[in-house]
Amino acid sequence: MKITVKLFATLRTGRFDEKVIQFSNNITISDTLKEIGITSQEAAIIFVNGRHAEFDQVLYDGDIVSIFPPIGGG
Amino acid sequence: MDKILRIDMGANGNPKITITELGDYAGLGGRGMTSAIVSKEVPPLCHPLSSENKFVIAPGLLSGTASAMSGRISVGCKSPLTGGIKEANAGGQPAQVLARLGYAAIVLEGKPVDDTLYKIYINKNGIKISPDNSLKMLPNYELIAKMRDEYGDKIACISIGTAGEMKMNVASVACTDMELRPTRHCGRGGVGAVMGSKGVKVIILDDTGMSMRAPKDKERFKDANKRFVDGLMKHPVTGKALPAYGTNVLTNILSEAGGYPTYNFKEGSFAGASKISGEVEAELEKQRGGNPTHGCHRGCVIRCSGIYNDKDGHYLTKQPEYETVWAHGGNCGIDDMDAIAMLDYLDDNYGVDTIEMGATIAVAMDAGIAKFGDAEAAINLVKEVGKGSYLGRILGGGAAITGKVFGVERVPVVKGQAMPAYDPRAVKGIGVTYATSPMGADHTAGYAVATNILKVGGFVDPLKSEGQIELSRNLQIATAAVDSTGMCLFIAFAVLDQPETFQALLDLLNACYGLNLTADSVVELGKNILAMERDFNSRAGFTKEHDRLPRFFSQEKLLPHQVVFDIKDEDLDKVFNP
Ligand code: SF4
Repeated sequence: MKITVKLFATLRTGRFDEKVIQFSNNITISDTLKEIGITSQEAAIIFVNGRHAEFDQVLYDGDIVSIFPPIGGG
Repeated sequence: MDKILRIDMGANGNPKITITELGDYAGLGGRGMTSAIVSKEVPPLCHPLSSENKFVIAPGLLSGTASAMSGRISVGCKSPLTGGIKEANAGGQPAQVLARLGYAAIVLEGKPVDDTLYKIYINKNGIKISPDNSLKMLPNYELIAKMRDEYGDKIACISIGTAGEMKMNVASVACTDMELRPTRHCGRGGVGAVMGSKGVKVIILDDTGMSMRAPKDKERFKDANKRFVDGLMKHPVTGKALPAYGTNVLTNILSEAGGYPTYNFKEGSFAGASKISGEVEAELEKQRGGNPTHGCHRGCVIRCSGIYNDKDGHYLTKQPEYETVWAHGGNCGIDDMDAIAMLDYLDDNYGVDTIEMGATIAVAMDAGIAKFGDAEAAINLVKEVGKGSYLGRILGGGAAITGKVFGVERVPVVKGQAMPAYDPRAVKGIGVTYATSPMGADHTAGYAVATNILKVGGFVDPLKSEGQIELSRNLQIATAAVDSTGMCLFIAFAVLDQPETFQALLDLLNACYGLNLTADSVVELGKNILAMERDFNSRAGFTKEHDRLPRFFSQEKLLPHQVVFDIKDEDLDKVFNP
């Protein structure tokens, strides 16, 4: 299955902005993070299709995963 | 900081100066001070531009000391935009300088009998008020350049641009930054119009010969400041993200979360978001010899601001903030960073609130005055405001008035004030703050976005109703207190997450004033300020029906999540009556 991974702010450094990655079925967010070399501490905020998600959430074909380091503003 | 300077601008002959003790206002600073004076001394039914209104300026409790982050200044009055009480605050240099000169507040009272324009110069020797009609209709940058020529570069200024002189609802009050540029604005609620109604163009502050305010307990203060700064540096938001990208790092995350108001609150994410994101903005600033990491006042250790240069490497404006980039950007369908930076410069120069201005242009676009996405048209509309043409005057009335004049139904305001950069349908906690804050729709009044979206101070799901009332209540109380200290609100990211940094803040206040404040006293302070503000509003005619969002938010579903604002009216009424 194909998952779109989007990285933001410092997580882009040395990696990518956006990439479609091929995975086997039944993969979780944690597995995805391992695959792209991001620790769970770095990944402070994760959305799947625009909704907050936890590390153990299972992904499905076509999901968009957006990963942010700790950020703030306002 | 043991005196209040009152200037009666309407006194017979010349403005009359009175300097008084603090009296009942002892122990207050920033928003606590402005709201106390306004609620006690201003008749709630007065016209905001009349002689009965007062324009209050107050540095925070810690301003002027050696404490980091303490350069926040508040201005307060009855708002011409909302008709209720108003406090707006900004960074920049004036808070520190005014506090070192010894003033806990400046109160402009009365109203000149004619249209003479005044400047007020304050230094260690006293106060000089002079008529100066050569300043008429000068925009902020020209005005400040003139003041620099006249008074040297050791000054800090508080001023209005052309919009304030024309008494527009969108008019801001500008504060100069470390480079003596008028870039930090008390933006909201038309405070610039009230300063303009007092006939005051600029207040020039010079603290040469004055020393830093000494805390009661020096050692304790020094130690607390160190722990406070360590805490700010340690937290990933205040130590890393804000310095690297500034506030505009939020564009991408709000758009991803579906809470980024687009095309005048029609949609929740913007296809052009990545082109105007904080990541892109910071990169452009670096490439062009600007600077993405810059403080707005001396003593800021977070340094969320920056310098934005144009294509040729010349200074254009300070780093436009997230709310500005949203208001003039995605909300108007514009994805051109240079055009947005130009709009930021024009807003600062004419002295208008970037949030209200951008929201107003989006409403005008909805009315067909210009096309969504047309950056050139947006620039021209702001220029009309600066000139004061009839169209400019209408837009200068703000989003609510513009909506009425052009017959637009989708007008995102509460108590007449435009909503900032978070859609309340997809970030429900901030919707509660918009609805119930005594200030009108104001994100800073209780920044639930932190917990709804950024997972700071815990997590409350932004798309659900549960927990939002309590979240907004607690944040509104804490914010009212922080707004009194002179601290930049961004310390909250570290203070909410790290108890030891909150303790360091308490210790700073205690060491400065010789007090024994606890977390409970801070809550008490926040509650008292909100109670004064709500009391003023209720005497001005506000009821619980004013604590509501416009109907379309509960009727029109927002894409992509297909959500409406569904927090019940009875629950909104519980924010302040739990
Ligand atoms: S963090 Fe930003 S807004 Fe706050 S004082 Fe520093 S530069 Fe100014």
